Amino acid sequence: MGRGKKISPVRPRKRSYGKRSNGVRFSIPQEEIMSPGHVACQGCGATLAMRYALKALGRNTIVVIPACCWSVIDGPFPYSSLGVPLFHTAFETAASTASGIAAGLEMEGNKDTNVLAWAGDGGTADIGIQALSGAVERRDKIIYVCYDNEAYMNTGIQRSSSTPYGAWTTTTPVEEFKSRPKKNMVEIIAAHDIPYAASANISYPEDFVGKLKKAKGIPGAKYIQVLSPCPAGWKYSSEMTIRLGKLAFETCVYPLYEVEGGKYIVKKPARKRPVEEYLKHQGRFKHLTKTGIEQIQHDVDLAWEKLLRKESI
Amino acid sequence: MGGGFIRRGWVKLVITGNHAVSYGAKLARAEVIAAYPITPQTEVVEKLSTMVANKELKAKFIKVESEHSAMAACIGASAVGARSFTATSSQGLALMHEMLHWAANARLPVVMANINRAMGPPWNIWSDQTDSLAQRDTGWLQFYCENNQEILDTIIQSYKVCEKVLLPGMVVLDAFILSHTSEPVEIPPQKLIDEYLPAYNPKYKLDVKDPHTFGGLTSPDLYYELRYKIQNSMEDALSEIKRADSSFKRKFGRGYGLVEEYRARDADTLLIVSGSMSSTAKVAVDMMREKGERAGLLRIRVFRPFPKDEIRRVVRRGVKRIGVIDRNISFGSEGIFFQEVKSALCNEKRKVPIYGFVAGLGGRDVTVEDIINIKKSIKSNNRLKDIIWVGVKK
Amino acid sequence: MKKSGSKRKKSNKKGIKTIIFKGHKDMPPCAISFANTMYNKTGKWRSIKPVILKEKCTSCLLCWKFCPEACVSIKNKRPVIDYEYCKGCGICQEVCVKGAVLLEEEKK
Repeated sequence: MGRGKKISPVRPRKRSYGKRSNGVRFSIPQEEIMSPGHVACQGCGATLAMRYALKALGRNTIVVIPACCWSVIDGPFPYSSLGVPLFHTAFETAASTASGIAAGLEMEGNKDTNVLAWAGDGGTADIGIQALSGAVERRDKIIYVCYDNEAYMNTGIQRSSSTPYGAWTTTTPVEEFKSRPKKNMVEIIAAHDIPYAASANISYPEDFVGKLKKAKGIPGAKYIQVLSPCPAGWKYSSEMTIRLGKLAFETCVYPLYEVEGGKYIVKKPARKRPVEEYLKHQGRFKHLTKTGIEQIQHDVDLAWEKLLRKESI
Repeated sequence: MGGGFIRRGWVKLVITGNHAVSYGAKLARAEVIAAYPITPQTEVVEKLSTMVANKELKAKFIKVESEHSAMAACIGASAVGARSFTATSSQGLALMHEMLHWAANARLPVVMANINRAMGPPWNIWSDQTDSLAQRDTGWLQFYCENNQEILDTIIQSYKVCEKVLLPGMVVLDAFILSHTSEPVEIPPQKLIDEYLPAYNPKYKLDVKDPHTFGGLTSPDLYYELRYKIQNSMEDALSEIKRADSSFKRKFGRGYGLVEEYRARDADTLLIVSGSMSSTAKVAVDMMREKGERAGLLRIRVFRPFPKDEIRRVVRRGVKRIGVIDRNISFGSEGIFFQEVKSALCNEKRKVPIYGFVAGLGGRDVTVEDIINIKKSIKSNNRLKDIIWVGVKK
Repeated sequence: MKKSGSKRKKSNKKGIKTIIFKGHKDMPPCAISFANTMYNKTGKWRSIKPVILKEKCTSCLLCWKFCPEACVSIKNKRPVIDYEYCKGCGICQEVCVKGAVLLEEEKK
C-alpha cells in the first residue's frame, strides 16, 4: 500500500537462542528482563506476554503502561519487576505518552531505543483508541502492544468492547450476557494503512517474539494484539492458560495473522476445531445454550473465511 | 516595559501576545512541542509550526489529535529529559485536566501557555480566567501576564524555575486583549538566553542505561510524603521565582516579581487585580491620584505558588480597605483571587475589610470608569458582601 | 532533595535488595523504583507445589518457556524451579508432554 518504503512480507525465521554448546536449545531468548516477585495472579497470561515481549525487544527498550493489570503487576514503589525503564501513565494515554517519549529520544539523537506502549484491551479498544489512532496516523515510531484479556480485569472483570459475544462479565451478567461482537482492533488499526499490524497469542511465544522482532525493524508505528488468557476473569483453573491460548488459535476464535504493508499473512491451524472445545473450559461461557454456541461457531466461521479471502488478495 | 533603546543583536518586533509565546518557546529551545488548535491559541502553534518547518527552531512538533494527548506527549518527552512545550485555551485546558495532575505529580517541568478564554456553553471565545483558575489545585505554577513582553520573558523564566523545582508551569494571557493585540516586544539574542537558561538535565529520567520505573503503585505509607515534597517544592518556588526574575533583570533589564505594586506605597485603598486588566486599573489609579485620592494597585503575577507574604507586606503598610477584582467566578462561592487574598489575610492581627468584585466575564470590557466606580463603592459600602457584580444589566 | 542517596539499601547474598526510606528527605521527588521485585517471595502464595521428576525430564524447556513467574531456570541442562517465587499455578505440569512434573499439595 501507498506510502513509505515497501516492505516485502517475510515469515519470521525459525531460530534458536542461547549457547548450543550446553546442549540446550532455546526457542526464545534466554535472558529474563522481567524479574519474579511481581504480583500477577497465578497463571496470568498478560505476565507471560510481557516476559516474551522483553525477551524479544531486549534491554534497549522504554515501556509505557497506562492503567491496566500491569500497573499493579509490576510491583509497588520503590520496586519494579521490569529491568527496563518504565513510565506509568493515565488510562487513555499509552500511545500519546509513547509518542512524546519517541520524540524526546529523537531530539536526543537516539534512534535505536524501542518505545513500547503496553496497554490492556480497555485502554486500547475503548478509552485509548483516540490516542492510538492519532499515533498510528502520524506514524510515530512506537510499538504498541495490546495484551487482550477481553475485559477490564484489573477493576474486576467488567465488559470492554473487546469482550467476545456471549461472555459473562460482572457488568454483563448471565441474564444479559454480552450480545455484541468483539471489536476488531487489528482491522481498525490496519485500516490506518499502518506499516505493520499483527495478532499474537501467548501460547505461541516463538511466533510472538518473531513478530515483535519484525516490528522492531520496521519504521513508523506498529501494532500487535496478543491474546492473554485470564484465569480469574475467564473463570478457569490457572494451569489451563496455555491450553486455552492454543484452543483459541485452533478453533479460529482468535486467528494469528499479520498485516504488513497491506498484505495479509494468516497462520492456519492443522485442523480447525469446533469452538465448543474452546468455550467449554471457561466459566464465562458456561451459561451458553446450544444455539448460543452455534451462533458463535457461525460468527467464527464467517470471520475466518473473510480473513482467508483477505489473505488471497 | 523596560528597555526603551535597542542594543546591538537585540531585535524589537511588533507582535501579538500569541507570537510572543511562540518566540518565548523558541528562545527557550523547546525540544518537543505537542499541541492541538483552539481559538484563540492557534497563532501560537501556527508560528511554532513555521519555525520548526523552516528550521529556525530545532524541535519535534507532534500534531496530536487532542489536548489530552498534547499534554500526555509533553509528559512523555519531559520524562526522557526533553524540554517540552504546549499551548491551549479554555475547553482544551479543561480536557487536559487529568494530565495536568499527571505532569505535576510526576514532577515534570513541562511549560505551557494558556490563553484565558471563557468556558462554554454558550460558546464564547473571549477573555475569562475561570479556565486556568479551575486548574489551581493541579500542582502547576501559574503566571498571569500583563503585556506581550512579559509573556515572552515569563515563558523563559518559567522554564528556569520549573526545571529547578521540578514542577510544571503555566503562563497565562488574556484572550484577544493580549493574544491578538500587537505590541512592541524586545527579542533578546539567543546567546544570552542560552547563558540564562542552560539545557535541561534531570537527575532521573527514562534512560535504558539507568532503568527506573516511574509512578508505580504507592501505598499510603509513602504517598503522603511524596505530596509533602510537592508542597515543599511549591514553597521553594516562591524564592526560585524571585531569584530567576532578578537574574533575568540583571541580564535583560526587565523584572516582574511575584506581585507588582503600583502607587501602593501610601495607599489607603488597595485594588488587587491580575492579567491585562491591571493596565486599565493603572490608568484609573493615576486619575484617582490626580484627584488626591490615595488609591493604589497590586497586581498578582504569580498565582501558584500564591505570594501570601508579599500581599501581607503591602497590606501591613497601612492599607485601610481592599477591593479584589476577578474576571472569574467559583460558582456558589465568589471570585477566586478574592478567596485567595482573604485566606492570605485572615490571620492578620489588624483586620482590613476586603471587597470582592466580579467583572468582565466572557470578555465584557472592564473600563477605567468601571474601576473608578469600584473604588468609590468600596468607600461607600460599609456592608461586606461576598460578591459585588460590576455592571450587571438590571 | 538533598541527598537522595541516603536511603537505606540492603542487599543479601542473592543480590535481593530491600529499600527503606527513613523520611521524606531520603525519597526521590516522585515514585521511582530502585530495585526489582525479588524482595517479594511469592512462593508463599502457593497451595500446590510442582515437582520435576528427573528421570522423566528431557529438558525440552516447555516449563521454562511457559512459566509466568520466570522462576524456572536451567542448571546443568535441567530445569530448576525456584520455590521462593513459584506461585503454584500448575502451568508447568499442564504443558509437560512427558508427564515429568507432579503437583503435590503444599505442606505449611
